[in-house]
Amino acid sequence: MRCVILKLKEMRFLSVLFFFMVSSLGYAQVTITGVITDENGLPLKDAHVHIANKTTSTNANGSYVLSGIPSGKQKLYISYIGYAAIEEPIEISTDLTINRQMQVDITKLNAVVIQQITNSKSESSNEQILKNTTIEKFSNQTLGDALKEVSGVSILKTGSTIVKPVINGLHSSRVPIINNNVRLEDQQWGTEHAPNFDINSAGKITVIKGASALQYGGDAIGGIVIIEPEVIKKDTLVGKTILNLASNGRGGSLSSSLQKGNRYGWSWNALGTFKYLGDRETPDYVLSNSGNREQNFSGGFRFAKEKYNFNAKYSFYNAQIGILKASHIGNVNDLYNSINNQQPSIIVPFTYSIEAPKQEVQHHLAKINYQRWLNDNSSIDLQYAFQYNNRLEFDIRRSSANNDKAALDLELATHTFLSDYKTSIRNWKLKSGLNLGYQNNFANPKTGVRPLIPSYEKWDAGLYGIAVHKFDNATSLESGIRYDFSSIEATKFYLKSRWNERGYDTEFSNFIVGEDGNQWLTKPNFDYHNISANIGLKKQFHHEMEWLVNVSLASRNPNPSELFSDGLHHSTGQIELGDLRLKKEQAYKFNTTFKKDWKSLTLQINPFINRISNFMYLQPIGFETTIRGAFPVWEFKQTEALLTGFDVNTTWNISNHFSHELGMAYVNGQNLSTDDYLIDMPPFVMNNKIQYKNESWFNFVSELKSELVLTQNQFPNYNFETNIIVNNELSPVLVEVSSPPKGYHLLHFYGEMTFKISPKNSLTTSLSIQNLTNTTYRDYLNRQRFFADEMGRNIQIQLKFNY
Amino acid sequence: MKNLKLIALLVIPTLFLTSCNNDDTAAVEEELFTTVTTTLVGGGQTITLTSRDLDADGPNAPIITVSGNLVAGTTYQGSTILLDETKNPPKDMTEEVEELGNEHQLFYQLPSVLGSITYDASNVDSDGNPIGLKFTLVAGGTGNGNLTVTLRHLPNKTASGVADGDITNAGGSSDIAVSFPIVVN
Repeated sequence: MRCVILKLKEMRFLSVLFFFMVSSLGYAQVTITGVITDENGLPLKDAHVHIANKTTSTNANGSYVLSGIPSGKQKLYISYIGYAAIEEPIEISTDLTINRQMQVDITKLNAVVIQQITNSKSESSNEQILKNTTIEKFSNQTLGDALKEVSGVSILKTGSTIVKPVINGLHSSRVPIINNNVRLEDQQWGTEHAPNFDINSAGKITVIKGASALQYGGDAIGGIVIIEPEVIKKDTLVGKTILNLASNGRGGSLSSSLQKGNRYGWSWNALGTFKYLGDRETPDYVLSNSGNREQNFSGGFRFAKEKYNFNAKYSFYNAQIGILKASHIGNVNDLYNSINNQQPSIIVPFTYSIEAPKQEVQHHLAKINYQRWLNDNSSIDLQYAFQYNNRLEFDIRRSSANNDKAALDLELATHTFLSDYKTSIRNWKLKSGLNLGYQNNFANPKTGVRPLIPSYEKWDAGLYGIAVHKFDNATSLESGIRYDFSSIEATKFYLKSRWNERGYDTEFSNFIVGEDGNQWLTKPNFDYHNISANIGLKKQFHHEMEWLVNVSLASRNPNPSELFSDGLHHSTGQIELGDLRLKKEQAYKFNTTFKKDWKSLTLQINPFINRISNFMYLQPIGFETTIRGAFPVWEFKQTEALLTGFDVNTTWNISNHFSHELGMAYVNGQNLSTDDYLIDMPPFVMNNKIQYKNESWFNFVSELKSELVLTQNQFPNYNFETNIIVNNELSPVLVEVSSPPKGYHLLHFYGEMTFKISPKNSLTTSLSIQNLTNTTYRDYLNRQRFFADEMGRNIQIQLKFNY
Repeated sequence: MKNLKLIALLVIPTLFLTSCNNDDTAAVEEELFTTVTTTLVGGGQTITLTSRDLDADGPNAPIITVSGNLVAGTTYQGSTILLDETKNPPKDMTEEVEELGNEHQLFYQLPSVLGSITYDASNVDSDGNPIGLKFTLVAGGTGNGNLTVTLRHLPNKTASGVADGDITNAGGSSDIAVSFPIVVN
């Protein structure tokens, strides 16, 4: 109820403001010019200047021109990374020259992020950015948990520690994650492949809800996540240490980083993170075997001159993740029992130890990058990156002697080479580039289990061009096109019975290269040629109103799990079958954003339509009986899909101390071929946050957040009947695999204070309580909702030292 | 800069060389059951009930054979053996189940009108709980129905009724679940 009242109040507020804005129409317009210099009086290039609703950047001489500024009282805002922002009110009646000298700001260095030549990844699509201060709150959690702060992003979980972002209803291979200009590999597969990334190494995270960031790939059907590190361009050494303690899991994490900044010359950074948590707990019981550990390191150096810079970076992510013991099941009867018992079958007292089933994942990323400025407006970038991912999944083996042996052992090596050219000529910005990639996946046969994802080799080549034209300060048009070639050759053993059942014997007999008992050795080989494109417009109106519209075409190839899966999934008790006949998936996404800023209120509405042809998804097709019992068979199918929805954000500065934020997201997924809903679409979410801030009390901030998730009523009915033994006889029962759990409402608290120890040193302490009321609930997008409740209350204390 | 270029030159080929080797060996499945044979001996008869699933998790259903009908009122000595027949010679998995008896239990379900089943006290794990490879079946009245044989991995052996062969509270995960159609004359 409270939310509704607030909304009404906001509406009234809105209309008053709107009236006020309209009445101020018709003022004269003036031009402002000036030069921005650094602490030594030298011109600052690319400083950001913002007056009224106009923004620009300074050129190589540090000068800027802003025309069409309405006269009257306006606000001037100038910023440059590593420097204290200048923010002052100005009174304008005629054309003016405003010169300003900027001062280095050491205390704010931690909030500083790298700037690209073009500030945005995409001119015309809706970008939402998570800043350092938000990211730090999630230091003890995962990338997915942090991304959930963006409206329209939900999370797909396996338990409480394997978390993947879902953008406008889509995830995994439809949402590429770009870490420091390198596409993160391994996360594109199943739901239990979380991004192998230490959240503490992110300085800024950008979410683009569309395929418009073509330089990173043409397959972002759902959207893209771009992570950039923190880069300090001032000659100084800064350090940061964050200690987290959590009550739920009875552990925490320690992350420490050192960074030597420099605008020119050498700079370097190093970061280490340790995480150690035991079993999580619901309000009623222990989630046995849900602990996790991480030991991460990253470091790099940069050498910069006026005309070029070179940087090298290495990161290592090492995680051990326990999987809820009760989620290992043998057959459909076990699944039925789990769903109906409403409690995990194995609950033992709290422990830190992690046993099978568990994951052990190691991810190495090394890259070198060279950027050269050809002149003031053009630069060329060359990058080589290598990733090596080793994923071990340990299952409960029938013979406990084998428990130490992984049931899945994948070694994924990826090499990518990128070359990008950027230039700006008058009102045009042009970007083009080339990428080459080679990937090798090795599914180790020594596991003693048939691997779900086979060994394969993949070659990629891509070429793109993007042009942005600025008609005037308020209007810009962006358009881009990209071509990708991809070739994959897998090495896979198929049971002959499966090969025939799939009908491959008539269509794909040319892939057979050998025989081993009851199995064919095959080398399926596929080539793909894809075109992706996008066109978009960004228009600024008077009175801080902005309209963005973007249409994009994205193409995604079937990935190895969609093509080649054939076997039993032990966590869901289902047989999953890939299909060699799958075609590439193509999406046309229409995305538009209205942004309006009033003095104390901002509103952003972002509706979208995503029409996807050949949409790949898993659908149950029947049963197979094996010696272990009966299993439902789910097959990768293709359909015509339509996703529509909207995201809404408002921020309202009620007073100097109080502010309110609202975020809402809704997605409707239609399977047009079967006239049904799409499975696993996030339910409607509404988040309300009230913040109280008082700078005079040691920068005191406190927040109360309400998270409302409605029951998902739009789901396909894939529930099925099976026979279980009741009173020694078989009797049919309904297994409700597709029925969503009830909606829920949670409250979260956050409070922090910052103490200045010296001009350079500060200590921030914070207390956060997630699930304040210790509510029992299950989430539709958690793979383990069949087995257990979500985590109960979690009290976290964070200490952050800046030095 | 010279140094950097040198580093780059050294680093790139090293990384390329670390590419994996693809070998074309099939995974040898170690924990496979393909065949369950339950033998009932009594009243001068030997009845064999066999379920054979040579493609395991593959699409072919197990082939179930029952060699004869039971006689009402007869007491049968029952035993079960487990094989992996994809190996040559076939691998006897019964021993392994017996050795790791604490982690396994077989359950036999039969409609009560057709008979009753009790575990043999001789086939127990180190805690004295039944493993269930040996049992006694007393055929009841005439009729037909299913004898269901289930092997549970990591059952809760101390849960109520489990030691007497009641599967309801057993928990754990099913490694084998086979229903044999039987007739009692």
